[in-house]
Amino acid sequence: MGLGLLSSRTLLRSGKLRPGIFTPLLRRSIVSTSELQNAEAAQAQPDSPPPDLPKRTPVGGARVHFPNPEDAIEVFVDGYPVKIPKGMTVLQACEIAGVDIPRFCYHSRLSIAGNCRMCLVEVEKSPKPVASCAMPALPGMKIKTDTPLAKKAREGVMEFLLMNHPLDCPICDQGGECDLQDQSMAFGSDRGRFTETKRSVVDKNLGPLVKTVMTRCIQCTRCVRFATEIAGVQDLGMLGRGSGEEIGTYVERLMTSELSGNVIDICPVGALTSKPFAFKARNWELKGTESIDVTDAVGSNIRIDSRGPEVMRILPRLNEDINEEWISDKTRFFYDGLKRQRLNDPMIRGPDGRFKAVSWRDALAVVAEVIHQVKPSEIVGVAGKLSDAESMMALKDFLNKMGSNNVWCEGNGPSPNADIRSGYIMNTSISGLEKADVFLLVGTQPRVEAAMVNARIRKTVRAAQAKVGYVGPATDLNYDHEHLGTGPQTLKEIADGRHPFSSTLINAKNPCIIVGAGVFERNDKDAIFSVVETIAESAKAVRPDWNGLNVLLLNAAQAAALDLGLVPESGNSIESSKFIYLMGADDVNLEKIPEDAFVVYQGHHGDRGVYRANIILPSSAFSEKEGTYVNTEGCAQTTVPAVPTVGDARDDWKIIRALSEVAGACLPYDSLTAIRSRMRTVAPNLLNTDERQPAIFSYSLKPESRQEMSTVPFGTAVENFYMTDSITRASKVMAQCSASLLKK
Amino acid sequence: MLGRLAAQRFREIRQVFRQIPQAPRLFSTALNYHLDTTDNNPDLPWEFKEANKAKVKEILSHYPSNYKQSAVIPLLDLAQQQHGGWLTVSAMNEVARIIEVAPIRVYEVATFYSMFNRTKVGKYHLLVCGTTPCMLRGSRDIEDALLKHLGVKRNEVTKDGLFSVGEMECMGCCVNAPMITVADYSNGSEGYAYNYYEDVTPKRVVEIVEALRRGEKPPRGTQNPKRINSGPEGGNITLLGKPKAPPCRDLDAC
Repeated sequence: MGLGLLSSRTLLRSGKLRPGIFTPLLRRSIVSTSELQNAEAAQAQPDSPPPDLPKRTPVGGARVHFPNPEDAIEVFVDGYPVKIPKGMTVLQACEIAGVDIPRFCYHSRLSIAGNCRMCLVEVEKSPKPVASCAMPALPGMKIKTDTPLAKKAREGVMEFLLMNHPLDCPICDQGGECDLQDQSMAFGSDRGRFTETKRSVVDKNLGPLVKTVMTRCIQCTRCVRFATEIAGVQDLGMLGRGSGEEIGTYVERLMTSELSGNVIDICPVGALTSKPFAFKARNWELKGTESIDVTDAVGSNIRIDSRGPEVMRILPRLNEDINEEWISDKTRFFYDGLKRQRLNDPMIRGPDGRFKAVSWRDALAVVAEVIHQVKPSEIVGVAGKLSDAESMMALKDFLNKMGSNNVWCEGNGPSPNADIRSGYIMNTSISGLEKADVFLLVGTQPRVEAAMVNARIRKTVRAAQAKVGYVGPATDLNYDHEHLGTGPQTLKEIADGRHPFSSTLINAKNPCIIVGAGVFERNDKDAIFSVVETIAESAKAVRPDWNGLNVLLLNAAQAAALDLGLVPESGNSIESSKFIYLMGADDVNLEKIPEDAFVVYQGHHGDRGVYRANIILPSSAFSEKEGTYVNTEGCAQTTVPAVPTVGDARDDWKIIRALSEVAGACLPYDSLTAIRSRMRTVAPNLLNTDERQPAIFSYSLKPESRQEMSTVPFGTAVENFYMTDSITRASKVMAQCSASLLKK
Repeated sequence: MLGRLAAQRFREIRQVFRQIPQAPRLFSTALNYHLDTTDNNPDLPWEFKEANKAKVKEILSHYPSNYKQSAVIPLLDLAQQQHGGWLTVSAMNEVARIIEVAPIRVYEVATFYSMFNRTKVGKYHLLVCGTTPCMLRGSRDIEDALLKHLGVKRNEVTKDGLFSVGEMECMGCCVNAPMITVADYSNGSEGYAYNYYEDVTPKRVVEIVEALRRGEKPPRGTQNPKRINSGPEGGNITLLGKPKAPPCRDLDAC
């Protein structure tokens, strides 16, 4: 993604602009430090750099973490002394000193290869320039990055790299964001001496997502290391030797990993690029908007690049706590579904069964009329997977005002328990998973349900040799795991201590139990949770310093729904309803809806719900509205509108507010801040974006369940990773992926 | 005047490009990516013969049990010998299964080394050394003689499947240059032989080929009857006597 990738925590995100608090951001306050007032004391400090050198801060605003403060060593970068933790490489020391060293093959999250040689710097007393990415920094080393030797080394390496590189810049998608372009302008010389014939390489077919032009490859092996280490699929390798080296899969294999799109970011040149985005736009034409992904419950931070009204591509944003620098393929490529099957006008189904476009006034009037003709107990509202917290708040308020309490969110099951937050949240937090040493996965396949959580588990398994036990149907996880069983009986055995895995759990320092949200749909959900609770108790998974009992949610809307209290009075209310308000809900079992029920579908895609709807109210998708989404760890994040809404669509909560006024039960909020203040009265954590509240009440507060555990084995909650919600089902790229990339 | 200089330089550059490029001297017999054929595709089953399975175990015992992947090169060599001189994709997959690594890691090793043939070779794979000392002594003529006699191009197998010609790096017989090697894959891994035929002439090399075709085993080593191994023609003319013994065998006594 280029040098200097800044962690993007904007002011909006950091919560400084909370409604109601005026911060004088535009006024610079004059600060006096103790050093300024105490001049002699400052000069007496021996460690401070000579006063004529400017103060240096680490590259990209990074903070340095000293795992062992006594072990800090001092090195000199261009004459500037800097303290670094022991074990850091010369390149990392230079980064702390604020010097960005050019590199192609080094990546902070991958193993060190040292084969591009672009990071060569001069080190005193060393006969040759040193590959800074691989050389550990020794105490007292004097590193020089701007001497003629280092500059000549960079020019030479760049000349070599450009020797066999084709002159593809005009037709290469990476132009404008290409590391090779940037570094040759900054560090290369202006001419080369190569007059022979360049070599060319056959392109490989890696699937419908990654476009390969292997002639452009500079053999940095970042993609090979990514695939081996982070994605866990050993598909790519470096074949041949010398200038005829090729990156490929040798036999024709498609990259089926769910993280395969990340090699597009990682490749420093245009060898691996995005196939759906090929030849569509240049990166300088695009406006980047920082937003949140809603295809799963992880809430990966993304940047939506748009040109005008069209979303051109989606790139990851750095968030160390949730998704690091990666996003799953679904998140990256589903955006073309935003252009298809969009609802743009309110429509009413006429007596002949066909839809007719009407004005908002008429549509809302009809809905208001019908809603007054039914009894309150026959009104049902279902919030969809992609609903934001504001719209769910509005829906619940409106239906409550109409007298009904049958509002729920898809995926939470027939009788969700929203009382105790720790019962539906990933209490360990995604970054906390790295501290676990034993995992027990119950009825969840993290690889398809939450690919970034799976990547984190894999990271822990690799780094700390964590053990993973899995209970559920046989599945393909990209790390070593023990398949303990398929159904709840295995859980009972583990709880009773009869299973060999129980001893592993009990002896673990930080056991982590992850229950999938697919369990919510089961009738014996309470029994299963109480058994899991017993296991957690015996393994001491819930302690003041470590909470290892987690639930992995499936949808972006589930956590916020439970925080806001979208719990229905009765789970079978649909069968006896006469007025159903589907707010983006496409996974409702349409057969359960009675023939004479009046269905209002408010959503952005003409997916499954519209086939039964009587009225369609078009609303905006996540890329077009500012909404609050809570991820599976309970961290609230907001999306930012990147593109304008389509046609006559409006924001979800605004439609409901308008409807409430027409229906005579006006909701008391008119603006975003007003509805957020209303949210604050119900669930104040929704307004504290980017913060996670640790669970105060332990799960054991729940009364003992007297349910019987059934013997039905756990099922898979996500059948097709690529098609899980209305936007992905409308996407052509996702259709190609599910046709060619799903593991049969 | 500048125009003339520019035109001259332009002509020079054009000449460089117009030079008929020599036929690319391929070392490895195959491409760096695999194309399925009827006798080389991942669906064909392949496993080591019973006799070779014992050899596999013996090879694996040379390496620590948690670093089985160190055995990749000897196992690939054994697989190549068993399969008649070349490695199929299924053979490489089987080796990957034995040493418990992903197949791509084995593919990487097999494509790196040019002595691992990934396309078919003849029962007798003739390798001509082309490095400087042999070249100076006429290895190009040897190679041309072989190719003309067999009627094939480099790395191509003759129609009867008996011979193929390839180029090899220096095999250390510079004193007996030029030389060829015959890798004998006609009897599987038990009868595998890798013999040097040194001091060859274009005529002699054709005789060797015909002898092999008849099933004979020509004597290996120098083909010059007047030489003994690397000694000169007509016998040594220096170092004729016994080496001088040290003044005193018992160093402590002196």
